[in-house]
Amino acid sequence: MSKQPQTTQPKNNGKLIIRLVGVVVGMFAFGFALVPLYDVFCDITGINGKTRDFAAVYENIEVDKERLVTVEFITRINKGMPWKFDVEKRRMKVHPGEMHQINFFAHNPATRDIIGQAIPSVSPGTAALYLNKTECFCFEQQPLEAGQKVTMPMSFYVDPQLPDDITYFTLQYTLYDVTSTAEVALNRG
Amino acid sequence: MYNVKNIFIFFITVFLISPVFGAGTSHPDAYQLNMRKGVTDISMQVYDLHMTIMIICAVIGVIVFGIMLYSLIFHRKSLGVKPADFHESVKVEIAWTVVPFVILMVMAVPAARTLIAMEDTSEADVSIIVTGSQWKWHYNYMDNDVEYYSLLATQPEEISNKFEKGSNYLLEVDRPLVIPTGKKVRFLITSDDVIHSWWVPDFAVKKDANPGFINEAWTKVNEPGVYRGQCAELCGKDHGFMPVVVIAKEPAEYANWIQEQEEISRSARIEEQRLLDMNMDMEELMSVGERVYQTACAACHMPNGEGLPGVFPALKGSDIALNNKPKHIDLVVNGVPGTAMPSFAKQLSMKEIAAVVTYERNAWGNDTGETVQAKDVNAIMNGI
Amino acid sequence: MSTVVEDIHHDDHHHHAPTGLKRWLNTTNHKDIGTLYLWFAFIMFLVGGAMAMVIRAELFQPGLQIVDPNFFNQMTTVHGLIMVFGAVMPAFTGLANWMVPLMIGAPDMALPRMNNWSFWILPFAFTILLSSLFLEGGGPNFGWTFYAPLSTTYSNDSTALFVFSVHIMGISSIMGAINVIVTIINMRAPGMTLMKMPLFVWTWLITAFLLIAVMPVLAGAVTMVLTDKFFGTSFFDAAGGGDPVMFQHIFWFFGHPEVYIMILPAFGIISQIVPTFSRKRLFGYASMVYATASIALLSFVVWAHHMFTTGMPLFGELFFMIATMLISVPTGVKVFNWVATMWRGAITFEIPMLFALAFIVLFTIGGLSGLMLAITPADFQYHDTYFVVAHFHYVLVTGAVFSIIAACYYWLPKWTGKMYNITLAKWHFWCSLISVNVLFFPMHFVGLAGMPRRIPDYALQFADFNQWISIGGFAFGLSQFIFLALLIKACKKEGEEVSAQVWDGAEGLEWEVPSPAPYHTFETPPVVK
Repeated sequence: MSKQPQTTQPKNNGKLIIRLVGVVVGMFAFGFALVPLYDVFCDITGINGKTRDFAAVYENIEVDKERLVTVEFITRINKGMPWKFDVEKRRMKVHPGEMHQINFFAHNPATRDIIGQAIPSVSPGTAALYLNKTECFCFEQQPLEAGQKVTMPMSFYVDPQLPDDITYFTLQYTLYDVTSTAEVALNRG
Repeated sequence: MYNVKNIFIFFITVFLISPVFGAGTSHPDAYQLNMRKGVTDISMQVYDLHMTIMIICAVIGVIVFGIMLYSLIFHRKSLGVKPADFHESVKVEIAWTVVPFVILMVMAVPAARTLIAMEDTSEADVSIIVTGSQWKWHYNYMDNDVEYYSLLATQPEEISNKFEKGSNYLLEVDRPLVIPTGKKVRFLITSDDVIHSWWVPDFAVKKDANPGFINEAWTKVNEPGVYRGQCAELCGKDHGFMPVVVIAKEPAEYANWIQEQEEISRSARIEEQRLLDMNMDMEELMSVGERVYQTACAACHMPNGEGLPGVFPALKGSDIALNNKPKHIDLVVNGVPGTAMPSFAKQLSMKEIAAVVTYERNAWGNDTGETVQAKDVNAIMNGI
Repeated sequence: MSTVVEDIHHDDHHHHAPTGLKRWLNTTNHKDIGTLYLWFAFIMFLVGGAMAMVIRAELFQPGLQIVDPNFFNQMTTVHGLIMVFGAVMPAFTGLANWMVPLMIGAPDMALPRMNNWSFWILPFAFTILLSSLFLEGGGPNFGWTFYAPLSTTYSNDSTALFVFSVHIMGISSIMGAINVIVTIINMRAPGMTLMKMPLFVWTWLITAFLLIAVMPVLAGAVTMVLTDKFFGTSFFDAAGGGDPVMFQHIFWFFGHPEVYIMILPAFGIISQIVPTFSRKRLFGYASMVYATASIALLSFVVWAHHMFTTGMPLFGELFFMIATMLISVPTGVKVFNWVATMWRGAITFEIPMLFALAFIVLFTIGGLSGLMLAITPADFQYHDTYFVVAHFHYVLVTGAVFSIIAACYYWLPKWTGKMYNITLAKWHFWCSLISVNVLFFPMHFVGLAGMPRRIPDYALQFADFNQWISIGGFAFGLSQFIFLALLIKACKKEGEEVSAQVWDGAEGLEWEVPSPAPYHTFETPPVVK
């Protein structure tokens, strides 16, 4: 192949290289920014029935006495998790905007200490956005010593903005054994 | 070389040979060509949608291929035709962009309507939690004290071609789901391990069972009967062996059945309480244990206890089976998270767990001489 | 298949080209690399096909006769991976390497050394993948779509090998795509404006952009599977706050454009062949270009039609249903344009045309079943059944693979300078055509009747059709050995010599160089009017 004479090519390439490196850096930054961005996205859209993982605030909410919504609770243990996990009531009829509390019971019958993490899931998924929990054991990991029993309250209200066609929804908690990964912080401020 | 005569001979030969295959052994539904209509209003709507789109597609196919065939016959060079030289036409392009677009939009209307009908969130009469796991389904009636596992009932010997296959081969279970006809039945579907999918073609219900998440589906069955479906998401080696069987009964019959089941649960619990105070002898433990092992454990750990190297651990000669009784019981009761070993706490009674652990600790030369009693299992399960 | 005659055709260069193994290992010549890709793809096609034979042998009758379910799952998984990443994609890349420089009047690809690496890492990647089958516990058994958590928590350690091999395949594709884009943008002969390029070049240009956009997404998905499995992350694990359905979103965001990557070059090939044998210019060139670009763009917004049963909200299901239905419009336009090209042409039925005609009919059948799948409520009955298997095999086998075979029959005389054995080719065509339909058409029926995918054993009502399907499968597999025999004879340079033009009615720069094409062509760019 014949050689090209050296012209002022190097300078142009220099600027181009800086721009290209900038693009690469920008892409990495975008990748890192996606972590908080995904959280925001999921919170806003409530996609896949995930409820918020931080406490809601109960302030100046008007109770809608005209409407009754049924909230249903399901408790499950992940396999390999020896705990017993129950809820005091299968269903509650609530007015949107009204504060309620429901108790969950956990018991660790094993001979070792275990840390559990409750993972919520709501069906229909769109209702997840409107379930506001002001106090929930699902926000934090729950350590239980061998043989320990505990009552875990959950306080919530249903947002009055809940679409009219949703008259009931189901909240499922699955308890996982996270003792081995307990260092991973799932708590949020 | 290839000519009409040879092609003809080829096809005749094929047709003549064909009766050799499947001669006299065909299932009555063997050559079913079309989707079934099903037994719910939704399944009929789905069937209608399917027929509509299929006919539209068939018509489009016939028209396009017809034109093509015409061209292939009448525009052949060997007929001496001279090729035309047109190669574009904006009008024609617009026409055959717009017309299909319109046909599709028309098609989308009934499809959207059926989708919206499927989203019906009105209150249900019966709610059932359906949990998929490797490789069985679990049903829990939310408003009654009834829950049980539903496992494939086809015998392994049928699968391994030692026995003749029954007519519901691979589509039969030990304990089917039972629901009432004419009532809205809601399914809350989730999974204990990997993604499964609960499908009953006669209801046009197919919903993925995602671990840690809950999905909802509903149906309202018009006719009593037995309806069979299968798991519809690859979930490991026995994905093809975890069918769904639903029996739809008239409401009165259903109510009776529920009562019976609740009575069975109650007596089973009483029996189990009684057992906690008793001791079974080695002979009984080994015989019950072997039966349980062959049904619940041998599929993975193999009848000879040697497992599958790299996949399922051997129990024969294993350290836990020989030296660690509490751990052994814990493994069977609670399973091992993150692996294919499920928890058997809900699937087997305490007596059965005691028996199978005893069996595993004494079979294949393990010979620990140890027994495990229901109360030992209770201790691990309930911390007592 | 080799086009090099070491002495005569070396123009200005005063060195001798290397021969033997060194030639093939070190080559930077687009023709050699094209040949390497094509032979590699054909070998992989036979390997993947052998796995399909195992699958069809097991499914010949109800009951488990030949393999255990875990091995069956490995066969379905690796069959899919090999056909997608080892047969179809490298074959199209091989055709691009051979033909794109010739079609645009360029002396070679823009980045010849990177081109060599793009190819040579592939045998390496597939050795890793195939060797995992021999490990204790076996190879990947979770489907080519490797959904989590089956592929993360519930798989064995061979998953790591699967991940690394996919990484390498991805790097190969991305490098190849970069090469294609730079070549096409920068190295066209003077006078060849974009709208004068042959359709095959256009479809590859667009495909290359798709590759660069989505192969990194696959790399991401596969890396997340690796870290979830080995490094304690929980992208797809609910316990750690993750979501298994997110895996599906990420995978199919790659997966859907991937299937268009596997069909757009096919469209380009058919658009070259049909005009040649109809003695008529392609109808609606501009519209074909725009249709291809629309298909590529739309392919990014339809991914969740693979996920209708996962529990999507209503608006998601409606959106993806409509978008998926829409993508059939530009696809239909292309089919209509091919038929319009034939209309009032002067058609002859040489072998490439036979395969191209089979493509048009059979790919359209596959596309129409795809339209049926787009209807969400109906999809609830089709999803994960053999109806889907029928659909994608129609578009991939009678679609992509037939187009690759057609391209080989079309361009082989240019590569070798000889006309191949027409008798063998005709046998190959007719046997393949009949057997492929016996193989895949009944799958529509068993799927509608309720037979799920990825099962090693089935209920008795599916037995009869499955027997026919298996027979079709064995016949189709055997038919490919006719092609192998033909290719070996062609490589031995048997047959009659052909001219540069080869086919009456062929137009394009590739038909202006001698047959066989010299090792170096267009070292001086031609001028295109």
